[in-house]
Amino acid sequence: MGSVLGVINLINEKPFLKELTQHRCMASVPFAGRYRLIDFTLSNFINASITKVAVFTKDKYRSVMDHLGSGKEWDLDRRNGGLFILPPIHPDERLKGDLEHFHDHLEFFQRSHADTVVISPGLHVSKIDYNEVIAQHKAEQADITVVYKDYQGDPVEKPVYHTCSIDDKGTVTDIQLYTYPMPGEAVCLETFVISKDLLIELITKCVENGEYDLIKDAVKANLHSLRVKSYKFTGEMPFIHSVDSFHSGNMEFLKPEIVRSYFYETWDLYTKVKHEAPAYYGASSRTSYSLIANGCEIEGVVENSIIFRGVKIHPGAVVKNSIIMQKGEIGPGAYIENVIMDKQARIKENATVVGGLQPVVIKKEEII
Amino acid sequence: MGNKKWIAMLLAGGQGSRLGELTHQLAKPAVSFGGKYRIIDFALSNCTHSGIDTVGVLTQYQPHLLNAYVGNGRAWDLDRNCGGVSVLPPYQGKTGGHWYEGTADAVYQNLQFIDQYDPENVLVISGDHIYKMDYNKLLKYHMKQGAHATIAVIQVPWHEANRFGIMNTDNEDKIIEFEEKPMNPKSNLASMGVYLFNWKVLKSYLIQDQQNPASSNDFGKDIIPKMLGAGSSMYAYRFDGYWKDVGTIQSLWEAHMDLLDANSTLTLTDPNWQIYAGNPNHPPQYISAEAEVKQSLVNEGSIIYGKIRHSVLSYNVQVGAGSTIIDSVIMPNVTIGENVIIEKAIISNNAVIEDGAVIRPSKESGDVILYGDSQRISSHI
Repeated sequence: MGSVLGVINLINEKPFLKELTQHRCMASVPFAGRYRLIDFTLSNFINASITKVAVFTKDKYRSVMDHLGSGKEWDLDRRNGGLFILPPIHPDERLKGDLEHFHDHLEFFQRSHADTVVISPGLHVSKIDYNEVIAQHKAEQADITVVYKDYQGDPVEKPVYHTCSIDDKGTVTDIQLYTYPMPGEAVCLETFVISKDLLIELITKCVENGEYDLIKDAVKANLHSLRVKSYKFTGEMPFIHSVDSFHSGNMEFLKPEIVRSYFYETWDLYTKVKHEAPAYYGASSRTSYSLIANGCEIEGVVENSIIFRGVKIHPGAVVKNSIIMQKGEIGPGAYIENVIMDKQARIKENATVVGGLQPVVIKKEEII
Repeated sequence: MGNKKWIAMLLAGGQGSRLGELTHQLAKPAVSFGGKYRIIDFALSNCTHSGIDTVGVLTQYQPHLLNAYVGNGRAWDLDRNCGGVSVLPPYQGKTGGHWYEGTADAVYQNLQFIDQYDPENVLVISGDHIYKMDYNKLLKYHMKQGAHATIAVIQVPWHEANRFGIMNTDNEDKIIEFEEKPMNPKSNLASMGVYLFNWKVLKSYLIQDQQNPASSNDFGKDIIPKMLGAGSSMYAYRFDGYWKDVGTIQSLWEAHMDLLDANSTLTLTDPNWQIYAGNPNHPPQYISAEAEVKQSLVNEGSIIYGKIRHSVLSYNVQVGAGSTIIDSVIMPNVTIGENVIIEKAIISNNAVIEDGAVIRPSKESGDVILYGDSQRISSHI
């Protein structure tokens, strides 16, 4: 097998996490106690020995750049290959689509010695074995392999997904753009395997014709002229398309079998290392059914919650069914339930915040 | 590369034989501490925070883990183009080579290493102690006194003074006498094993000491007394923070209990003086619905179903349902089954404690129990 180039395509992100994506892109939204969404894709790349990775960013990329740094945490600080962060080269002009962005950096693809490219949106919470996807791609002699997963979960509020029609030979016969998938329908994970040469050809041709959308103009438009195959991903993966599903996707990580499947039974999940001390549980702490990261000081009650690194929960505070991101603080006697607290937010002494069916989101650095 | 203000030589070759099983396969500085650290992390982090960018780590006994752990020093920000961390094991030269025979010999054998940097001062520290210290303050004091050597000291309770190397000083804290474990101590200023030397002066004493076949080539036993005898200008620098030699099972356990004591001055959470560690990558800790964790430090990668009280748990520790852990230290990768009772014990790396086992000190002695590397403890014990 020749070498493989990993592409993380952040161009088509939709900021459907409201406050959480106000200042950062989806890929760098914190998840499961100490990770960012992009960590899952990067760790999957590393597991598949994909050691040259390009991250095509659109906007709000300070956070993701800060997170990735030199790529060291994912073993991507390499003399050969490694991590490339590629922002738009015409920041003043509105980007017409991901293909335009790829075209602007065409030299990056041309200069690479890889023969195969894996493209992923970098926001799926999954452990996809790309070795397997690539092996199938080659065995099927496919031009393009589209990774999909059968939809599960509550109905989507906005048409954010593309669904695939697949025949009994696994060939993709149609792609419906921007739909409301029903449970069991094949949702395109916007993850593709394609040869480098074909990708360069498609990028060039589309851009010449004034077409700029990878999925619409390069994949969908060529379903009948190219051999487009499907790969069904059957592993765990919460569909995250709203604040609600982000909350419930996190909460999945309180189930022991999910913890085992993501953290212990598959390859390691890497993230930026912080030098936090172990978590401290005080004499008055009562913690149960929770995921706790290092650097936390817990004196209050924590139930059914996900607590990120360096969070302080004061005596008498109660945290239920909530997600508290890095360096949050819950004051003495405060009560929160069904809440998502972004980084460094603070709940004052004796304050109460209770979310309804939709969790309440507290903005970064907000004080309540 | 030359002309550094100071560099540090970190003595990390000690066996730590009083730590029993814990040091069968690794050197004492590599012993796990505080749930995520190794003992050497404290000295290395102190160097980083004090602005020392060149550290020689002298290894000898069971060095593999330590060598790999220190690596290029990245965890402590010591991967530098000029200087950084160098691991210095004994080596063969043109005229042969030999093991490090004593602390002074270890430094002597690396004269060339030190001379490359042409430092004004050399800080000699050990990787055996738990303390957070700004060596800059020591350097400032050393320069102010114009000393040839400055030795960091800490006041210990008088009744314990006979366990330490004691500095007897005049009113200005000038050292007039050094006594190793004196029967009748005249002072309670104990040496912390932190020495700052003017390099030119130290170098001449190291060379002199090598020529004396009767010498044990030790800083405490040979170099310091020799310098004092020759009237060298040596000062005691008083340090008043937390410092502990964790050379015994009891003291290692006590230092862990100090971490859990709100009144102790040993904290790991000071944002300005973080202790850096070579971080293995682990998921967040999972606390189950039936778990109960109080007054404890728990590290990442652990899965807790039982009751944890007043204990320190390292990474990748699993505690089964119905088990109780009290006043104990659980080192990395330990698996504890169901309905286990562990009290006042140190459970060493990789141990497997089977369902129903009971580990607690005997009523008579009350001594801390140690279960060593990879031992399997079954319920009949």
